[in-house]
Amino acid sequence: MNFSNIIEEIEKVDPEVYEKLNGRRSAMKNFLNFSGKVTAAALPVAIGGMFNKAYAGSPTSTITDVLNFALTLEYIEWEFYKQVVASGIIPSAAAIGALTTIRDHEAEHVALLTSVITSLGATPVYFTAASFDYTAKGTFPTVFTDYGVLLAVAQTFEDTGVRAYKGQAGNLISSNEILRAALQIHSVEARHAAHVREMRRRYGALVPPGVLLQPWITLNQSGIATPAVDASYAGEELTNQAGVNVVGINGFAITAEDASEAFDEPLTKEQVVSIVTPFFA
Amino acid sequence: MPHDLSKEVPLIQTSVEAAMPRRKFLAYAGLSAGALLFAASCKKETSQDPSLTSNVNSLGGGKDGGKAVVSLGSGDIGILNYAYALEQLEAAFYTRALQTPYAGISDKEMEYLSDVRDHEIAHREWFKNVLGDDRIGGLIVNFSSINFDSRDSVLGTAKALEDVGVSAYNGAGELLQSATYLLFAGKIVSVEARHAAALRDMLNYGSFADSTAVDMNGLDLVRTPAEVLAIASGFISTKIISKDLPTS
Repeated sequence: MNFSNIIEEIEKVDPEVYEKLNGRRSAMKNFLNFSGKVTAAALPVAIGGMFNKAYAGSPTSTITDVLNFALTLEYIEWEFYKQVVASGIIPSAAAIGALTTIRDHEAEHVALLTSVITSLGATPVYFTAASFDYTAKGTFPTVFTDYGVLLAVAQTFEDTGVRAYKGQAGNLISSNEILRAALQIHSVEARHAAHVREMRRRYGALVPPGVLLQPWITLNQSGIATPAVDASYAGEELTNQAGVNVVGINGFAITAEDASEAFDEPLTKEQVVSIVTPFFA
Repeated sequence: MPHDLSKEVPLIQTSVEAAMPRRKFLAYAGLSAGALLFAASCKKETSQDPSLTSNVNSLGGGKDGGKAVVSLGSGDIGILNYAYALEQLEAAFYTRALQTPYAGISDKEMEYLSDVRDHEIAHREWFKNVLGDDRIGGLIVNFSSINFDSRDSVLGTAKALEDVGVSAYNGAGELLQSATYLLFAGKIVSVEARHAAALRDMLNYGSFADSTAVDMNGLDLVRTPAEVLAIASGFISTKIISKDLPTS
């Protein structure tokens, strides 16, 4: 597909297409040059983002703010898993494989979000390993030396990430392509979360007595034996959805545990920022 | 949380939905804001073709008996009915699978499958109540291609259904006009993704997000309603009319 040709075709019917798309013809050309570096699958997202900005009247600043927020979270995860995989304390080949898979997905999310934000004419945030403190100011001093702590932090990042994307979906509703990509990332984070929870169930460390850790979230239980992560699970105990009480719904034996597990809950940007702030150096 | 099988759930063999006493969506006084206002103002825009309606072969009693034909409708209601149809299929599958579990099922597999069944029943009943009078009837499922005595058949089908469910919700989000409904779709899809990952791990530990589910950009599966319904039709005898669903 030749995207330069597409723009030229539109220009025939709308001479102002360049201005609408990016404000400046040169910026548009910059995008087209940049797009060569983006993988083919990412391009429809980037292009779609431009058109929605131009023709759907989307509040682009809102969208790019959301995307930079998401990109920040992806950087936290990516830099975390890079150090996780290099930690030398992962006890099995299966665990190394899974954590490498997750690391690579986070890297792909960073690349994709960066390309989309750039295509929208905004500046993507940028972080390095030095930007973060995974002990969270000393709360998890053994994060890269104690495998149980490592997995507990990983689970918290993943479950928090799922809630963060969910909380932002409504802000992306004006752009079909960007909303779609955000949802596609959201469910990948949920797959990660489910697997890390399964890894923790099998490893066993730091699971509070009496708690049966599962791939889904029961009530507001973190399944992690420290209150330091509780904010990431607060509100997950909800059993009433849109005014409908799901417990015992229509006569079915649905418990409060079931009802809470069946619906994951969002977090606001402010809640997420509060949770991740200690992880910045 | 784990459940034992003494926790019976209602089931009608030929119909996905039991004929439960139904409370109307609007009867929920606690419901406020967008969802209620939208539902109250949005009667199904496309009344069913009268000739079609007259030809509907209702195999069960009342609104929720198994239907030969259903029409999803249009707009957000159509998308909610689309999700309701998928949840009916999933809930029926797990209910059937656990009526006579495959030989040698482990305690943990029973625990997980029972939880997933209960989540899907919760989703199905929730959609039913939210849709109220706009809901489609009960679907008639066809599980003849599944060997419920076989672990591979049951877990393989479960994995496929969950992956399809994730892709369906990922594709449906952009078709919704209401941010409120979009949020609820988001609340459900991540649970479906947790199911998908768990089932994949049960079949092949470590395959929770392999390259058959996640592409080179780290993106999960996405499908249009037409693509999803073509797959689901392999398990559903009811003809599902989706021509009035939004396309963008």
